[in-house]
Amino acid sequence: MSEQVEHKEHEHHIVSPLVYLAILVALLVGTALTVWASYVDLGVWNPIIALAIACTKATLVVLFFMHVKYSSRLTKLTIFCGVFLFLTLIGMTLADYISRAWGQW
Amino acid sequence: MSDSPVIADGALDATAHEHPSYLRHHFESVEQQADATNFAMWLFLLTEVMFFGGLFTAYLIYRNWYYPSFVAASHQLSIPLGGFNTLLLITSSFTMAMGVWCAETRRKSGLVLCLILTFILGLGFLGVKTVEYSEKFEKHHVPSYHYSLNSFLNPDSDEAAKAAGDKPLPLDVARHTEVYFSLYFAMTGMHALHMIIGIGILGFMIFRAQAGAYTSGHVTFVENFGLYWHFVDIIWIFLFPLLYLISRH
Repeated sequence: MSEQVEHKEHEHHIVSPLVYLAILVALLVGTALTVWASYVDLGVWNPIIALAIACTKATLVVLFFMHVKYSSRLTKLTIFCGVFLFLTLIGMTLADYISRAWGQW
Repeated sequence: MSDSPVIADGALDATAHEHPSYLRHHFESVEQQADATNFAMWLFLLTEVMFFGGLFTAYLIYRNWYYPSFVAASHQLSIPLGGFNTLLLITSSFTMAMGVWCAETRRKSGLVLCLILTFILGLGFLGVKTVEYSEKFEKHHVPSYHYSLNSFLNPDSDEAAKAAGDKPLPLDVARHTEVYFSLYFAMTGMHALHMIIGIGILGFMIFRAQAGAYTSGHVTFVENFGLYWHFVDIIWIFLFPLLYLISRH
């Protein structure tokens, strides 16, 4: 019983402020990048790049600011389930609209 | 029940109650309590994902159906203001993460400073939002009886449309810009409501932090509020490119 408790204490990893600073800089660079990219005509790639940059920024926030990289597997699984459900929501909604009268509303 | 003479076995012993006061009795240990609370917070955040997810899905569909309307309408938003707001919010996420670190390393004045900075940055974000919203009201771009198509039928009459080099839109395309603004106000309005709630809780936390409530080993409240604040930041990270940066070339 006490072994379990000690093992849990080791899991409480305190993230260093230097990591936070690095992530802050990465997020600010990502913001500048996405603004710049919106002024360049890349055709169909514009929204894809914008979303890719946004997803990368969100992943950095989730992993480091929200400590998920240092969290239990339960936490990681929970987040994965949430993302999966959200993608299913979008996917099934699109499947409905794409297959019947797209754009006729 | 409180005047029952029955006392549980060992309850009067000095050793039977050796745990921190913040450990609730239905948990085995402080670590388990923290884990369970953290898990519960993540479940709440997932419900928020579903909540905003519905709005994002609506946006996805309407943007693909009425793309030219969305492009023209998005030119009414100011990228400098939106970009500045993004910087404010990302920095506030940084100060919040630093606040959690201060709580974990028992730095009380550091924690109070970080919470105050997060508070101020959050207020700054709402201030910029107020400026943006009031401009929308003045220009009659709020979906309502008073919605005006003028900026889209005659782009030269509107500074923002003229600066973006917009051409006059046909009537039905111009009318669909109202859909964009409905989504704009719904999504940013919901986001702003979440910010207001967060700022309110931050105010409460600043007083509690000053009283030393979070720097004596019990960091759960600050940690879990941090999760909420970062989540609101993530929502904005997606809102900014989707609403402001549709097409500027």
